[in-house]
Amino acid sequence: MDFNFSAIVDSKDFLWEGLKYSASLTLFATFFGIVFGTLLAMARLSSIKPLNLAASAYVNLFRSVPLLLVIFWFYILVPLISGVQVGADKSAYITFAIFEAAYFCEIIRAGIQSISRGQVSAGQAMGFTYAQNMRYVILPQAFRNVVPLLLTQTIILFQDTSLVYVVGATDLLGAASKVANRDYIPVEMYVTVAVIYFTISFVLSRLVKRLHTAIAVIR
Amino acid sequence: MISIKNVSKWYGNFQVLTDCTTEVKKGEVVVVCGPSGSGKSTLIKTVNALEPFQKGDIVVDGISIADPKTNLPKLRSRVGMVFQHFELFPHLTITDNLAIAQQKVLGRSRDEARAKGAKLLERVGLSAHAAKFPGQLSGGQQQRVAIARALAMDPIVMLFDEPTSALDPEMVNEVLDVMVQLAHEGMTMMCVTHEMGFARKVANRVIFMDKGKIEEDCSKEDFFGSPRGERAQLFLSKILQH
Ligand SMILES: Nc1ncnc2c1ncn2[C@@H]1O[C@H](COP(=O)(O)OP(=O)(O)OP(=O)(O)O)[C@@H](O)[C@H]1O
Ligand SMILES: [Mg+2]
Repeated sequence: MDFNFSAIVDSKDFLWEGLKYSASLTLFATFFGIVFGTLLAMARLSSIKPLNLAASAYVNLFRSVPLLLVIFWFYILVPLISGVQVGADKSAYITFAIFEAAYFCEIIRAGIQSISRGQVSAGQAMGFTYAQNMRYVILPQAFRNVVPLLLTQTIILFQDTSLVYVVGATDLLGAASKVANRDYIPVEMYVTVAVIYFTISFVLSRLVKRLHTAIAVIR
Repeated sequence: MISIKNVSKWYGNFQVLTDCTTEVKKGEVVVVCGPSGSGKSTLIKTVNALEPFQKGDIVVDGISIADPKTNLPKLRSRVGMVFQHFELFPHLTITDNLAIAQQKVLGRSRDEARAKGAKLLERVGLSAHAAKFPGQLSGGQQQRVAIARALAMDPIVMLFDEPTSALDPEMVNEVLDVMVQLAHEGMTMMCVTHEMGFARKVANRVIFMDKGKIEEDCSKEDFFGSPRGERAQLFLSKILQH
């Protein structure tokens, strides 16, 4: 069997576009996942019962269903219900943000819980409101404690973005599979993207490991 | 200034505070002592509403804590508190530890807050450490910063919860000195402490707690002088042994 290198080189621009899509989807979902996840975490730790229950239900729901299914459902169901054609791209962005929020929530919740009762009291004693205490005392320390976990989740998220190819979005895997079908070079394409996913994820997780050690030294 | 009226508190079935009544007048220094688990920390934390209570009321500078309409953060911003384990904010420099609540709670400008912080830091003798993080300071130094941080809010009263009991012995005095100086300046203070030397020097009154009850509440002279309750005597003899 021949391994057609030149076909890979020919498709590099297309793959590059796919990679950019995957990267931007990852960054978008990480950013909004952390923002929503932080709000969810505060809700889960809240003493206000309905808020607490709603947030727990949300988190448990999304952590108990496969991402692939959520992508499908969102893609098919939202246009059905709302009559608005969202499109594969937008649908993927939104799905990832709401799905990842559940996972980021649990990481951030652990971070918040790692802050001692004494720190919370100290912030309150200074006259901070709940929101100010979160903003200036608790969350900065909580995030610092879970930075490695957040980054690890982002790496997993990056790999999971490959699932969007099922709704026809042109992410890295989507781009590769389109080229594979068009030029009939499946082996070349799937090997290439595997190498790309591996390299990026591996390098990033090594960096996280370094960071972890560095943080341990600071503390 | 502080008036504690018939305060009772339960954790489930366990009663931590039983009908506690006392007051701290303006300019007064009141020392609270008693065996471990007697409810001293709980009592002092009810004064700035860090601990809720089920019965009674506490009035601080005319404001009722039990009143649900009371703006607790605002009230707390006027009551300074110093903790056993310092509780400086470890992610902020000493300068920011002193400035942040002044800026965010009192709305002072950054420059104003920093200037005030620097002045107080100088007062506790730690100007050289302004740019450091709390973790780089000794326990005694951290506690002095914590006192300065509370003073930066211009509190009407200062609460201390065993401010020296987590310190190595050689650092106790540097903290007590700051507290004595404060007392001499007329600051209203409520201090949970077993430092009887401090109590002798500056206290107006001494409160002795046992099992959630205020068992003795008398002038310093009476507490250290004339006969008092059996439990208080036993307690005093134990801590004065050394
Ligand atoms: N969250 C809680 N739940 C149940 N019981 C508690 C809780 N916090 C404190 N207690 C109990 O309440 C009692 C009073 O505690 P508190 O911390 O006020 O005592 P203390 O006089 O300050 O003691 P120490 O000298 O050890 O600091 C103790 O018996 C303690 O075990
Ligand atoms: Mg205590």
